[in-house]
Amino acid sequence: MTRFILRISLLLLLALPARAQDAFTAALPGLAGGFGDIAASVERLGASGDPRALPLLRALQEGRLQKAGDGRILLPDGARLLDAATGQPAEAAGAEAVRLNNRVRQALRGALGRLQLVSPDPAERLAAAEAVFRSRSAENIPLLQAALARETVPRIRTQMELALAASQLVGSDAEAKRDAVARLGASGSVEARAVLIEARNANPEMATAIEVSIATIERALAIRRAAETLFQGLSLGSVLLLAALGLAITFGVMGVINMAHGEFVMLGAYATFVVQEACRGIPWLAPWSLVLSVPAAFLVTAACGALLERGLIRHLYGRPLETLLMTFGVGMILQQAVRLAFGAQNREVLSPPWMQGTILLPGDIAVTQNRLWIIVFGLIVLGLVFAAIRLTRFGLEMRAVVQNRRIAATMGIRTGRVDAMTFAFGSGLAGMAGVALSQIDNVSPNLGTGYIIDSFMVVVFGGVGSLAGTLVGAMSLGVVNKLLEPYAGAVLAKVFVLVAIMLFIQRRPKGLFALKGRAAES
Amino acid sequence: MSASIASPAPAGAARLTIRLVLIGAVLVLALLPLLNRLPPDSALYVSDFIVSITGKWITYAILALAIDLAWGYAGILSLGHGAFFALGGYAMGMHLMRLIGPRGVYGHPTLPDFMVFLGYKELPWYWLGFDHFPFMVLMAMAVPGMLALVVGYLAFRSRITGVYLSIITQAMTYALMLAFFRNDMGFGGNNGFTDFKELLGMPLNTDAARAALFYASLALLVVAFLVCTRITQSKLGRVLVAIRDAESRVRFLGYDVTQHKLFVFVLSAVLAGLAGALYVPQVGIINPGEFSPGNSIEAVIWVAVGGRGTLVGAVLGAFSVNALKTWLTTVAPDLWLFALGGLFVAVTLFLPRGLIGLFSKAPK
Amino acid sequence: MSDEISPPLGQGKAAKPVLYLDGVSVVFDGFRALNNLSLVVDPGELRAIIGPNGAGKTTMMDVITGKTRPTAGVVRFRDHDLTKLDEATIANLGIGRKFQKPTMFDALTVFENLELALKAPRGPFACLRWALTGEARRRIEAVMEEVGLSARAQDRAGVLSHGQRQWLEIGMLLMQDPELLLVDEPVAGMTDQETEHTAALLVRIAGRRSVVVVEHDLEFVRALGSKVTVLCEGSTLSEGSIDHVQNDPRVIEVYLGR
Repeated sequence: MTRFILRISLLLLLALPARAQDAFTAALPGLAGGFGDIAASVERLGASGDPRALPLLRALQEGRLQKAGDGRILLPDGARLLDAATGQPAEAAGAEAVRLNNRVRQALRGALGRLQLVSPDPAERLAAAEAVFRSRSAENIPLLQAALARETVPRIRTQMELALAASQLVGSDAEAKRDAVARLGASGSVEARAVLIEARNANPEMATAIEVSIATIERALAIRRAAETLFQGLSLGSVLLLAALGLAITFGVMGVINMAHGEFVMLGAYATFVVQEACRGIPWLAPWSLVLSVPAAFLVTAACGALLERGLIRHLYGRPLETLLMTFGVGMILQQAVRLAFGAQNREVLSPPWMQGTILLPGDIAVTQNRLWIIVFGLIVLGLVFAAIRLTRFGLEMRAVVQNRRIAATMGIRTGRVDAMTFAFGSGLAGMAGVALSQIDNVSPNLGTGYIIDSFMVVVFGGVGSLAGTLVGAMSLGVVNKLLEPYAGAVLAKVFVLVAIMLFIQRRPKGLFALKGRAAES
Repeated sequence: MSASIASPAPAGAARLTIRLVLIGAVLVLALLPLLNRLPPDSALYVSDFIVSITGKWITYAILALAIDLAWGYAGILSLGHGAFFALGGYAMGMHLMRLIGPRGVYGHPTLPDFMVFLGYKELPWYWLGFDHFPFMVLMAMAVPGMLALVVGYLAFRSRITGVYLSIITQAMTYALMLAFFRNDMGFGGNNGFTDFKELLGMPLNTDAARAALFYASLALLVVAFLVCTRITQSKLGRVLVAIRDAESRVRFLGYDVTQHKLFVFVLSAVLAGLAGALYVPQVGIINPGEFSPGNSIEAVIWVAVGGRGTLVGAVLGAFSVNALKTWLTTVAPDLWLFALGGLFVAVTLFLPRGLIGLFSKAPK
Repeated sequence: MSDEISPPLGQGKAAKPVLYLDGVSVVFDGFRALNNLSLVVDPGELRAIIGPNGAGKTTMMDVITGKTRPTAGVVRFRDHDLTKLDEATIANLGIGRKFQKPTMFDALTVFENLELALKAPRGPFACLRWALTGEARRRIEAVMEEVGLSARAQDRAGVLSHGQRQWLEIGMLLMQDPELLLVDEPVAGMTDQETEHTAALLVRIAGRRSVVVVEHDLEFVRALGSKVTVLCEGSTLSEGSIDHVQNDPRVIEVYLGR
């Protein structure tokens, strides 16, 4: 039995092109006739589903299709003309263009749309499916069914199924209609909702089913919106994470409050700009300049950090308020120096091609590539910091010096060098944050000031000296900010978050991931 | 840390000298508007510019006093005092806007121009009463005071001290700045308030008004100085210094640290608010830029430069840094931020007791 | 509430204890600083507490003065539940504390330090209105005499030697006039003569006040002649006269190694 069905299907498949070929050839002569004949032929060609019909109709649309005196239809191919029926070169003498009127044009649009459904080019098929969906005509049903039978690309299939459902909804088959309403509801797309709302008035007998489907779509849309908000929140959170990771080292681990941290972020962004300009002349390198910027920005800001620590900050250890003021002054000087060197206006850092555009995650959740990369980058950097602290000799010495400077010194650790390296490490992280920020924000001398307060909030909220706290703090601040934005606007959302943090500190003065016991007392 | 900060209460002869110098300084300042009345070719003539800028600096000096009272004595380094100053300024600004009356560009009988422009139909409720001068003065003190009370209570109660408090207060002024930039707050958004016409029936662009505002500021400075002196030389002042140097030890002596800190923080905010209220009519504008965290921290550096923990130092710092700023921004505007940044570095590293430290001998 | 759990009265004395700790535990990140500690101090009693480093002596004082909240247990001063009060309130109830590391206000003079400690209204407005009366001045001068700092009245506390700082802090404790004095290592850095003086002072105070002294110096503890409590690993190891605890084999084991 199965074998029988298979055989029949195979036969049918083989038969399809043969039949189509006939339809194609049969429709050709009409094109040489009057406008009525042309329009009829166009419709027949459109219905044929023959791949050869597409270039032919295109040529017709563009006014390039010729008819010979003997009624043969000639298709231009570069400089030559081909006989449309045989595909052989043909003599062009005496040929004239096939003319169009509005009726033909209208027929052409429909036919082309149908034909594109079977075009070899996937992009064309997708566009056609969307066009058919918009046109919503019951005539397209068989065509869509035929196209669906062949289609293998999932995205295009989805769109075709939507188009089919939309077409069936305006058809006459009540059974298919009910089915279509259900399928449109399951699609979860905005367009499907519009179609359903339109159909609600036309089909009062199905109003309940349609309402149910609309509700289903709205649920799906809400989930998608939530997912997109979450993504935006996570991406903002990653930016905060990057900016705050350095602070988690310098402020959280060393207890040095560096108000110039934001300016180090800014320096990192400018380093990215400089590397981009340097790579501009080298075509094969240019797309990768952003990758090169990461170590460059790290090294530049780490060097600045080491200088700052050795030159100034170490003289103020144990005097946090003075350190705060002093580093604020340093930040001011850095800002002004950059303003004089690069100008006050914004500098443009381009996104490399591989970071541009938007991709759709399952469920049609749109995410921009550069934001996605920032999340990935933030997590990689977090991993590296964790590894550096936990797995390297430097990390071990750093923790030793933090826990007990005197004993670390007696064990032969050069605490001064460890301080400088730790501070340089934290500053370098700021530089890496600057690379990421150059992708989403204006590179200007006061780039850092907008992030410094938020970063401090992250560290305070998450708990000083805890990487996990920094991660959770950054992500929750990012998400909460984005959650509030639709209701309160970006600015008030920020204000709310600041107020919320102040209230939160009431409950947990040491942050989310507080150290307890004696270690926390000192 | 504590050893580097002068304690209040110099004794005997020194105190007398300081008093004479201060009285002399006040008298010299008081002469300025009078010398402004001399003919311009007189050797002692003082220009309008000098009078108005000195009047502005006096309000800065009051702000510096306020910061010093909290930071120099009680160890509360607020990076948000600019917010209290600006709130006082906005209270005055609202009063001045109301006094414009129908003389605005749009000629609306009650609504200020920006409200007409933004399509307001009537005055928001929180603008009511600001047409009365005493109400405005009350608000210029009450609003900063209440904000300080709430923020201070939350912070001090959970023992947020040191840099944490600084960051919180900085976030506070930052949040206020963002809020005041919004048009729908009803405070003129980006542009704030300007084009003031008169105050207490005096047209603002006259010599008489300039002199009156100058004297009002000077009087407030003197009163503020006396109040601060009274506090710092009382036992409360010693409790504050004790809190600054060893907060937890003060608790074990039975002092409710939160109350003492709140007292000084709120008083300091009220002083800053009044200073802001006097500042606005002298400069003729108030906008959200006054809330920017940079302003607050710049005011802190005046105190550091002058010498914190001494009231004279705070005033001296406000005058000297602003004099430097005025001079440098005309001579070499690009250099000013380098100089200011350099001041931050130099004062913290090399001059922890400020300019005053140069004059008085170091403690043993 | 205090009626429900009536504390067992120590050694059958009629008076209610001043300080009552029962089953107090403090856990920091899994480390037990205090482990089911119980301690009863009677009115007017002088009690010495000794114990090796890390025995929980300072943590015990932190719990009593409100610096650290116990994880479990009852801490009472007369009828007050100390686990619910903050440091300032506890101090005002009448518990004074001298820290192991003498802590005072270095920028203030000796006189000013004592003035701040003097029992008087503590609110900001009261402090603002405060005027030094002859009575208060006489008390401060008497205490300065007692602790031998009369000559240094106008010197900043920051310039005093370690021994003088110890004395100043003891002086501050006297100014507070507390009902219960917690004294942490009062004689570290003192000469023998000063140590004797301190012991005599504490004994004298103890008649009217309750005093708890933490000290390493066993000679000093002997000079106090009081009941001794030995702490070890956060709980009471032994209690009794100095001779009793010095002969307790468990105490010997703890002090001489195991």
